[in-house]
Amino acid sequence: MTIRFTKDHEYLRVEGNSAVVGITNFAQEQLGDIVFVELPAVGKVLKQGDEAAVVESVKAASEIYAPASGTVTEVNAALSGDPALINADSEGAGWMFKLTLSAPAEVDGLLDEAAYAEISK
Amino acid sequence: MTDTPAEDLKTVVLDARHRAAGGRMVPFSGYSLPVQYPTGIIAEHKWTREHAGLFDVSHMGPSLLLLKEKSGDAQKDHETIAALVEPLVTGDIRGLKPGQMRYTLLLNDDGGTLDDLMIERPESTGWGGALYIIVNAGTKEADWARIEAAVAGRATLHRADDGGLLALQGPEAAAVAEDLIPGVTALGFMTGGSFKWGGTDLIVTRSGYTGEDGFEILVDAKYTAQLWDALLADPRVKPIGLGARDSLRLEAGLPLYGHDLDETVSPTEAGLNFAISKRRREAADFPGAARILREFAGDLSRLRVGLLVDGAPARDGADILGPDGTAIGKITSGGFSPSLGRAIALGFVPKAFATPGTRLAVSVRGRSQTAEVAPLPFVPHRYYRKPA
Repeated sequence: MTIRFTKDHEYLRVEGNSAVVGITNFAQEQLGDIVFVELPAVGKVLKQGDEAAVVESVKAASEIYAPASGTVTEVNAALSGDPALINADSEGAGWMFKLTLSAPAEVDGLLDEAAYAEISK
Repeated sequence: MTDTPAEDLKTVVLDARHRAAGGRMVPFSGYSLPVQYPTGIIAEHKWTREHAGLFDVSHMGPSLLLLKEKSGDAQKDHETIAALVEPLVTGDIRGLKPGQMRYTLLLNDDGGTLDDLMIERPESTGWGGALYIIVNAGTKEADWARIEAAVAGRATLHRADDGGLLALQGPEAAAVAEDLIPGVTALGFMTGGSFKWGGTDLIVTRSGYTGEDGFEILVDAKYTAQLWDALLADPRVKPIGLGARDSLRLEAGLPLYGHDLDETVSPTEAGLNFAISKRRREAADFPGAARILREFAGDLSRLRVGLLVDGAPARDGADILGPDGTAIGKITSGGFSPSLGRAIALGFVPKAFATPGTRLAVSVRGRSQTAEVAPLPFVPHRYYRKPA
């Protein structure tokens, strides 16, 4: 299992050809109380950098971009009833959607934990 | 919000207090102010509805307008200064009793709203010919220039935005305030007075913009931190940032200048007819009277409404859609209501769609979501009105 990050504060947890996407703990702290989450449809084909989901805090809506290209295989249904799961555990129970990666090599271009820690200080 | 570069932002007297409390500082109306503290907007919002929230609103525009040549007769001097200000606003300023405050509107010649503001007639006899005027932060320079031009040297405007203006709001605000400033609960909603506290004089009004009972306190810069600390020493009080301030006023159905009110919106369109005093209406002697009285009589193209929105929050600028799916108006402020646990919004629609219960829709990110016109406020006001 490998975890990678984008400069837009998404994470991608890769297991073989599939990956779990969500926002980082740093991102949820910056956004504050999350009150609504809009997730992609299962089966949606995303290119790296496509707008994939929206997270709404009390103050504003923030777009979540696909960290890598792939097809959405599952979304976290628990978030529709309890969007604050992202605040409570963004990198665990607050995951957003799963992808089958179509270009796994893209993962190599993402930030590793040390590089992400640098930009999220 | 403004685009002022960080280095050009003004700071409030309590800046260090906000930072020490973990406030997340953001630019707002040219000032650096806390949008929230570590507990977050929803917790701060709920705390204010259940206990007492303390807001630093020192960026706003408190001011005193003082008549230059006083007759010595307080009533006569009040009438003189009221007559100088009334041509700018919709309210009956002449009719204010000592200590009484009124919400009113500063209008342009077309009846569009330049600002919404509070005007109080100070109560003590030594203050004849004085008005305490509190305007919005983003409009204060223009408002004050307009007032100064109108009084044409017959009164002097003293800006009082170099100190602290604190708002204490919530069901426990009265008990907290009385413990600290004895006698303050003798005030009823929309009245004010001067109170000694420590070595200073506070100007206190029983008012606010959350829908809750509460007070707004003007305090000299030298005593601001001391008063802030003293209020926060009470376990019933927590500091509240701009985020919850906005969600509280939205639930209270109160318009926010620059969003729900601007130079094109008349008081009647904004549902603020109560702020056009009867005497002024009958005299038709306020700016834009011809338009506003026509609208008042029913010739109205749009009206501000509350909307209960299903799904994602619909925010400022989103289209409001009629039953046939065409755009009939725009959201002017919207967000999440922590008290109701759902999205709510304010916006403008043609009068035919303004009745509570009307089913409409809003467009969010290109998709239509159902919404229903709701009576305002969304959450009942709990102002303290003194028994007559």
